[in-house]
Amino acid sequence: MLTLRVHKQLAEFTLEVDVTCAHPVTAIFGPSGAGKTTILNLVSGLMRPDSGEITLEDIPLFHAEKGIDLPPEQRRVGHVFQDDLLFPHLSARQNLAYGYQFLAPSERKFHPDAIADLLELTALLDRRPALLSAGERQRVALGRAILTSPKLLLMDEPLAALDRELKDRIMPYLRHIRTDLGIPMLYVSHAVGEILQLTEQVIALNRGRVLAHGNFSSIAHQAQILPLLKTRGFEGE
Amino acid sequence: MILPTSEEYTVLALSLKVGVLCVVISLPFAVSLGWVLARKNFRGKLLLDGLCHLPLVLPPVVVGYLLLLLLGRRGFLGHILSEWFGLQIAFTWRGAVLSAAVVGFPLMLRAVRLAIESVDPRLERAARTLGAHPLRAFVSITLRLAAPGVLVGCLLAFARSLGEFGATITFVSNIAGETRTLPLAIFTYINQPDGEAAAARLVVLSIILSLGALIASEAIARKMKS
Repeated sequence: MLTLRVHKQLAEFTLEVDVTCAHPVTAIFGPSGAGKTTILNLVSGLMRPDSGEITLEDIPLFHAEKGIDLPPEQRRVGHVFQDDLLFPHLSARQNLAYGYQFLAPSERKFHPDAIADLLELTALLDRRPALLSAGERQRVALGRAILTSPKLLLMDEPLAALDRELKDRIMPYLRHIRTDLGIPMLYVSHAVGEILQLTEQVIALNRGRVLAHGNFSSIAHQAQILPLLKTRGFEGE
Repeated sequence: MILPTSEEYTVLALSLKVGVLCVVISLPFAVSLGWVLARKNFRGKLLLDGLCHLPLVLPPVVVGYLLLLLLGRRGFLGHILSEWFGLQIAFTWRGAVLSAAVVGFPLMLRAVRLAIESVDPRLERAARTLGAHPLRAFVSITLRLAAPGVLVGCLLAFARSLGEFGATITFVSNIAGETRTLPLAIFTYINQPDGEAAAARLVVLSIILSLGALIASEAIARKMKS
């Protein structure tokens, strides 16, 4: 369970979030520039809140009053970026093993071969990222994050850079991760259609504020959510 | 005789020693400062950048004289090093290394900084989220990707040290077997009657050495990029 109560002054608005994510997959949706990526960066430790606290499975990752601020490498949070950010000088196999190598054997929940098999990467393992397609690269990025045996997987519009066909091909892998590997996810997207294939639990965000939080079908009719759905909510679908 | 004489060997060995040590000493500073200048924004960054590049635009004689003022026997630092540690810098081969390092440093720093700037900083952030400590992330990702540029910086500093003359002769003089590197030896021969043939041999040696270093570094850089 992730508890997020943070305040962060950004250039254009103040991010003010107070939510608890208890479901296997919680999605954050909202228009571009709503603060979605910032939330993920705050959770993974790449950005620092001005105040508040972030707790994951009862372990404080950040607590302003207590002076706790775990560095990213100690948070055990996997982060999949919109651009895959694979290491260009390493092969797919070495990319997959990058985070895995830092784990003590007792902390390793998954084996690289099993994850490569699950994501259908086995035949591509010796290739450098430059020789992989966009979809293949994103699958390697996904596998790389999973192999750190994270307590939470942050997905920052992982399908945004892919075309429709590729999105449809990767979605089953994401459902595999949710259902078979049991890693909780915080999934960011501005495409509601994509989100609903993974979860019903959503946080609607706009200009740094949580407009609604809960089951999509129960919040979709709310007056403040409808404009997001009509104007930009289905962008990319 | 095509083979170098023992005197030429001495000059060559000293030049290589000075060149290699100058690179080895400068590299950690160039990488740290290159990283700071490439990745950090702070007050006084422009001034630091200017100070680091100063030896590039100052006449080498001025650099040598400043080193002499600082590290000569009566200089502030030179006095301390000599009294406390019995270490002599001025008029020794160590001084030759230092003059070459100071004069070549801006070239190395510039290459290293550009190489680090060309690496996407988000890659290092991704490495951190995968569990890498900051230093590990820097070395395994940024420095590795910047390696061809860092190598170019090393080569530039090495080549500059092979050619270093003004700062060296001012700071450590021209002592055979101690501070007489290739350019200083060539200068000495040119000033001697009948020294032209010996100077010409050293000139050829300089060209072979510089060309060898260029080809070797290009080959290594290509291998690193592939």
